[in-house]
Amino acid sequence: MSFEIRDDCRYRESHEWAHPNGVVRVGITDFAQDELGDVVFVELPREGDTLSQGEEFGVIESIKAVSDLYAPVSGEVAAVNERLFDEPELVNESPFEDGWMLEIEPDDPDLDTLLSAGEYRDQTE
Amino acid sequence: MALRKPPLREVHAERGAKFTEFGGWDMPVEFDGIRAEHDAVRSSAGLFDVSHMGEIKVSGPDATELTNRLTSNDVAALDPGDAQYAAITNDDGQIIDDTVVYLLPDGETYLFVPNAGNDDRMHERWTDHRDEWGLDAVVENATDEYAMFALQGPDAVAIAAETTAASVADIARFTAVSTEVAGVDCLVARTGYTGEDGVELLLSASDARTVWTALADVTDDGATVQPCGLGARDTLRIEAGFLLSGQDFDIESGPRTPFEAGIDFAVDLDTSFVGRDALAADDPEERLVGIQLTERGVPRHGYDIVSTENHVIGEVTSGTMSPTLDAPIGMGYLPTEYADPGTNVRVVVRGGQKSARVQQLPFYER
Repeated sequence: MSFEIRDDCRYRESHEWAHPNGVVRVGITDFAQDELGDVVFVELPREGDTLSQGEEFGVIESIKAVSDLYAPVSGEVAAVNERLFDEPELVNESPFEDGWMLEIEPDDPDLDTLLSAGEYRDQTE
Repeated sequence: MALRKPPLREVHAERGAKFTEFGGWDMPVEFDGIRAEHDAVRSSAGLFDVSHMGEIKVSGPDATELTNRLTSNDVAALDPGDAQYAAITNDDGQIIDDTVVYLLPDGETYLFVPNAGNDDRMHERWTDHRDEWGLDAVVENATDEYAMFALQGPDAVAIAAETTAASVADIARFTAVSTEVAGVDCLVARTGYTGEDGVELLLSASDARTVWTALADVTDDGATVQPCGLGARDTLRIEAGFLLSGQDFDIESGPRTPFEAGIDFAVDLDTSFVGRDALAADDPEERLVGIQLTERGVPRHGYDIVSTENHVIGEVTSGTMSPTLDAPIGMGYLPTEYADPGTNVRVVVRGGQKSARVQQLPFYER
């Protein structure tokens, strides 16, 4: 089985992706959604909350498992994907697009502390 | 300790199954996603490998007495081919395991099916009591010789009929026949644990592949029957209000009597069995109830249930997001004053309280 890993994202070992585009958009990877299975519930912070890199920012639940979500960067939450509250399955269907979770206004736009796509690929293989 | 493997472990792996440890066994937890598998069973049919279930055979002149004294129901009432749900209780009437007892069609051998990982313990319980009571019976743990499959869903009987020599539609609920499936000797029983019609098959482990392949491939339109893992088995049995050993009762960490667990129908107090006297005097102060959250969240095993006055009154023993109801459901034991359907309670999810209501079990009934 091969999973999508986008070259324009950076990654945490805990399977969150971070996509820099002014703000940093955050979600979980294709690999992670497949491991979790059918996602049924997502708990996310509010706009304006501040997060530190590595801090738990929310919880994702599939039918079979509960998993914490970790902030890939420090900063302020600029947007939350509220569609996920009613359509958590978007995380399964479209982990890099419609299933995004947060946009963070980063304290430091440099994402070099995160894994590159290649490094993340090595981790999942 | 190495995990025990079902005979078709590698066949399932090739099919792309994910695995989980359950009761000491390495079992498929999902093939194509729990929701898809669950929906297939509710709408058509799904095929489960449940070879982690134990098989204990009891025969000999005192087989009936031995088994009747160790199970809560009345095995003497069984005709050849009949099956019966029962609890196996201790002296205090608490459930050690729940099981289905078959009197095999030969009319001479009982075969009962303990839960995964309990087979050695039940074999020992039967042999110890046989010796203590001076009874003449042969007790054999045949778990490793058997494969067990469950074909469940509204189309299950028709699908099984295509490969089964005997008429599957004529097998009554909770009875079994010895017949051939895909040319292989099988015990085919009209039983299951999903809340749907269907059959369970017991067969020699060495023939497992032949039967699995035949069942998985048979449908009218050429599509294959959905293989299902333990994940869907769990969501299906929770909707149907069925107990899971080690979760909804656990003799060490959460002992419960059959009356607390709502399986009164499996207790025959007119028979003499270990735990009978305790149960005859039992007036349960707590009962198993259904719980449905009325806000977002998922109740899970071990979560506290609190009253609207904020007292902890129980714990969730099983819970999930119900694929059929599209609602968060669970089960747990509550004091009888809170057990009426409609009672407002709360479930503590990660420190926060979620509104919930007591529901009549089962959540789903065909």
